[in-house]
Amino acid sequence: MGKTLGRTLAEKVWDEHVVRSTAGEPDLLYIDLHLIHEVTSPQAFDGLRLAGRKVRRPDLTLATEDHNVPTLDWDKPIADPVSRTQVETLRRNAEEFGVRLHPLGDIDQGIVHVVGPQLGLTQPGMTIVCGDSHTSTHGAFGAIAFGIGTSEVEHVLATQTLTQAKPKTMAVTVNGSLPDGVTAKDLVLNLIAHTGTGGGQGYIVEYRGQAIEELSMEGRMTICNMSIEWGAKAGMIAPDQTTFDYIEGRKEAPKGAEWDAAVAHWKTLRTDDDATFDKEIVLDASVMTPFVTWGTNPGQGVPLGASVPSPSDFEDEQDKIACEKALGYMGLEAGTPMREVKVDTVFVGSCTNGRIEDLRLAADVIKGRKVADDTRLLVVPGSVRVRLQAEEEGLDVIFKEAGAEWRGAGCSMCLGMNPDTLTPGERSASTSNRNFEGRQGKGGRTHLVSIPVAAATAVRGTLSSPADLD
Amino acid sequence: MDKFTTHTGVGVPLKRSNVDTDQIIPAVYLKRVTRTGFEDGLFAAWRNDPEFVLNNEVYAQGTVLVAGPDFGTGSSREHAVWALQNYGFRVVVSARFADIFRGNSGKAGLLAAQVDEEVVQKLWTILEDTPGAAITVDLESRTIRAGEGDDAIEESFQIDDYTRWRLLEGLDDIGITLGHADSIDAFEKTRPAFKPVTL
Repeated sequence: MGKTLGRTLAEKVWDEHVVRSTAGEPDLLYIDLHLIHEVTSPQAFDGLRLAGRKVRRPDLTLATEDHNVPTLDWDKPIADPVSRTQVETLRRNAEEFGVRLHPLGDIDQGIVHVVGPQLGLTQPGMTIVCGDSHTSTHGAFGAIAFGIGTSEVEHVLATQTLTQAKPKTMAVTVNGSLPDGVTAKDLVLNLIAHTGTGGGQGYIVEYRGQAIEELSMEGRMTICNMSIEWGAKAGMIAPDQTTFDYIEGRKEAPKGAEWDAAVAHWKTLRTDDDATFDKEIVLDASVMTPFVTWGTNPGQGVPLGASVPSPSDFEDEQDKIACEKALGYMGLEAGTPMREVKVDTVFVGSCTNGRIEDLRLAADVIKGRKVADDTRLLVVPGSVRVRLQAEEEGLDVIFKEAGAEWRGAGCSMCLGMNPDTLTPGERSASTSNRNFEGRQGKGGRTHLVSIPVAAATAVRGTLSSPADLD
Repeated sequence: MDKFTTHTGVGVPLKRSNVDTDQIIPAVYLKRVTRTGFEDGLFAAWRNDPEFVLNNEVYAQGTVLVAGPDFGTGSSREHAVWALQNYGFRVVVSARFADIFRGNSGKAGLLAAQVDEEVVQKLWTILEDTPGAAITVDLESRTIRAGEGDDAIEESFQIDDYTRWRLLEGLDDIGITLGHADSIDAFEKTRPAFKPVTL
């Protein structure tokens, strides 16, 4: 017998969900919660119908409408007939297969990754999947959560399991504290610039260290959300008192004796001291500054105080070509200070930065100021409840008085599937997660930014931080 | 799913790294509720450029895409795989695939063949010297063959054993798992009572 080694958080949660394990085959993993939405589910339900199969556990399944819904006139029929058909298809499928759905107009409607945690359905130690790559968001609670394709959605609907090869484990340890005004978003953009878009591939990543422990649940969700942007299978953070406090009292959270049993178990979900990771990255939060992207993938970022890089700054031939192509697409000249980049539209929202804490932070910066004359600011709450909470706190008034557009809940301009899109050549500062070519609309140019940078940029009209105001 | 054993077809060089799924198929094309009809959305933005490789007649019958590293990053949309298949592609060759894209390919029957970066370079050279050249991808022996005479290459590619077996046999994943229904039933009896339910 060899020495018994400790296990990482990811290994503990994984092991608790293995239904079947055979050498030479992927594990069969049980799924605790399956979230679905209108875009990646219709073909999966069709597959069930064709094979005469049922949803095995409708009671572990939740659907919401988010990707393809309008953020204006959401109380009227959806204008675009193709989008309307897609949303109506989800409604028919939910009805036919007995799945709980929060449709447009429902108080619990919103972006699937905002809704799960908000309801208290996202809990430590769970396995959570959804036909959406930003499912990694839920890892902030110490869950293994990852995005899947439509064939896998069908597989989970039919069997409540997935066949999955056990990923390797990685620790990202972030020492020190983030300086004032530097957020979780800056931290993760910094990390992705460090690792590149493929650096996390094949790993479940555990974020830990002082800077991570000091983050609110909202900040932790922002970090885990963008795990996919550096290729990780999933990102997770060990649950602690911050996590328990967030969950306690929520609608679907355990109550009474079950709460006590749950917390007792959740407290065991930590990486053992003698556990080893396959890889470790160490970062220092105390030297981080606001970070923004200049290119067309999330790894192409620099500090806000830096300038647009030149292809000659890169050693790798592919990186040089990628830089040249990105500068061409983005309409940027090497050497231009990022702070001089003029922005047409600022988007505040998405599953990365569309929660109540994000809107409060944006309102703090905007309050008493005006959006620059030739700039538009779009504020899209991540869920109906986030919108209502913000309105109760008067944040909507702050935004509207500044000249911003206050919208209904959904994915909106993050992926530009609904009418909220950029026009060709239009430049955005966006609190979302992807700056791919055309992501926010054909020909649109996206700079990924944090909430404070987005808000300050809306006021000045060029990429800025709150320190640049006044 | 149809069986995949060996495929020979026209190779198409896509000389870009980080080809994300928003490039493979932009979000506006994701509104269909079927698995077919996505070919018009494939590389929709790039196809507006007359110089784009798919606009070259030589590649009209292309079935083997040879792309730069980090292919399929970003969104989980399986529509990216369907768009490639609907257009006629059977194989994508790259030095690195994003995990979700690779998984989706295996489920939907598109072969994601991972090779060393130098193999991509060799294939690009062959396709540049002889536009319209064929590439043979043999899943049984995990090899890729291309070129003629002295320039011919035969290189191995990587794919995990389980996905290879499923593709070779054309097996339906759900059917395999339902064969383990007893194990799933037994597992469900052990789940703690505090786990949440939605109904």
